Amino acid sequence: MSSFVEGFLRGIGVGSVYALLALGFVIIYKATRVISFAQPALMLAGVVLVSHLAVPLGFWGALPVAALLTALLGLGIERGAVRPMIGRPAFVVAIITLGVDVAIRVVVNIFIGLDVRNVHDPWGLGTLVIGDVHIEHRHIAAFLCAAVLVAGLFAFFRFTRMGLAMRAAADDQEAALAQGVSVGAVFALSWALAGALAAVGGTFAAAGGSFDGTLWLTALVALPVIILGGLDSLPGAVVGGLAVGVAQELVATYQNHTPWLGGNVSVITPYVLMLLVLLVRPYGLFGTREVERV
Amino acid sequence: MLQVRNLEVVYDDVMLVLRGVSLDLPSGAVVALLGANGAGKTTLLRALTGLLDVHDGAVTKGSVTLDGDPIHGLRPAAIVRRGVSQVMEGRRIFGELSVEDNLRVGGHTNAGAVGERLDHVYGLFPVLKDRRRKLAGYLSGGEQQMLAMGRALMAKPRYLLLDEPSLGLAPRLVDQVREIIVEINKSGTAVLLVEQNAAMALSIASHGYVLETGKVVLDKPADRLLADDDVREFYLGLGAADTGAARRSFRDVKHYKRRKRWLS
Repeated sequence: MSSFVEGFLRGIGVGSVYALLALGFVIIYKATRVISFAQPALMLAGVVLVSHLAVPLGFWGALPVAALLTALLGLGIERGAVRPMIGRPAFVVAIITLGVDVAIRVVVNIFIGLDVRNVHDPWGLGTLVIGDVHIEHRHIAAFLCAAVLVAGLFAFFRFTRMGLAMRAAADDQEAALAQGVSVGAVFALSWALAGALAAVGGTFAAAGGSFDGTLWLTALVALPVIILGGLDSLPGAVVGGLAVGVAQELVATYQNHTPWLGGNVSVITPYVLMLLVLLVRPYGLFGTREVERV
Repeated sequence: MLQVRNLEVVYDDVMLVLRGVSLDLPSGAVVALLGANGAGKTTLLRALTGLLDVHDGAVTKGSVTLDGDPIHGLRPAAIVRRGVSQVMEGRRIFGELSVEDNLRVGGHTNAGAVGERLDHVYGLFPVLKDRRRKLAGYLSGGEQQMLAMGRALMAKPRYLLLDEPSLGLAPRLVDQVREIIVEINKSGTAVLLVEQNAAMALSIASHGYVLETGKVVLDKPADRLLADDDVREFYLGLGAADTGAARRSFRDVKHYKRRKRWLS
């Protein structure tokens, strides 16, 4: 029983990271109708920034600064590569983000170098023990941080003028323009938000050990998450992220009972889950039906 | 005064949709713009509010001026800030947002006065106040039209451009919309009323324009337009019965089509 609870809680921690990454995808998708494949690069850039900045600033100083810088990077990508493509088919823009992703990762890899890097997080592999259940500190921290960010985001979209404008633009871009909403600002803000979320999510993914350039693969798990939750649903991204995290960690806990599946079946769990959900609900758990044409 | 002078609009670099349109909307007036489908009415409104870009359209000649300043190169947000708001054809409300959130988006450029404008709009449309927490997509057609008009009024426009506000509404609701337009105009907002329902539009307008295939073919005070034979025939459906002629050729009626043309 305790191993089940441990697996579940670990899944919540890992899932929080997926939720943050997925929120970035969904925010960009809602604003611009484009799936940004540049998210892995933004995440890696954020993590590398934290690993460098943590030396002078400490972890808690480095995290917001890195998030801010990554938001600026997202802003730059939007200005330089995405804005000139407004009005072109979404497919073209998606491919451009793929190119941007590769380019940024090549540059970022230079700053990773050959040494093992880590984000200098304060948790390491320390655990909190309740009864006979061990919970890693970093997973608790990831969950709490994600909860605060998600609550902040929802408040932003619910109560602020710009958040409202973003929702309006996602609903009907031309009508939003006619109300005096600057759709360009909405695009820019969505990329900036996605960049910051990727940086924070990536940092928690890298916490507790060392990382290298292959960390970007973690961000790819956000794809099954957003398809599970529904491409255009923010709550879907959160629920989908947690669900995928929990499923993955539970499978990891029990996979040695099914040796015929191989030892690493947990790695493909998100994709299997996505496949199953797509069979039943092609538009995701929370997505609107129109999205199925994508 | 919102002035359009010799405006030419081209879509996709090739489709000439407006050819030399001139129109005046004096402040505080109601002006009707009539025309059949495809005449270019909506395009003219897009040119006035800077929404041509979205449709790959561009102003190639002529100008749109607001109190003498050209505005046809400005972005939609800047035009809204200067006091020109548009209610788009087909209402285009934000269906996934609540009624009140729709109105708040309408006040996006007027953030300081949202509360005051909300009271104003709710006073004008009490039904919206009752439904303020509801999702806008679930409103009836008439309520959606009122929401669209209320949303435009949130920006406190001096010039309100209405694109077919009577579209798809029952006659009783059309009357209601008509009264609301009169009310809006009374509070000092000039209204450009784009309509296919000519009887409704001309009953409240002081001046009317008839647009046909991208040109202004008639431009008269509203009462004279109402008496015009061509308008009666084609926009009010009254002409043929009056003269008693059962079958008539289009050529006999449209005097402006019979003008000598050297080009086109």
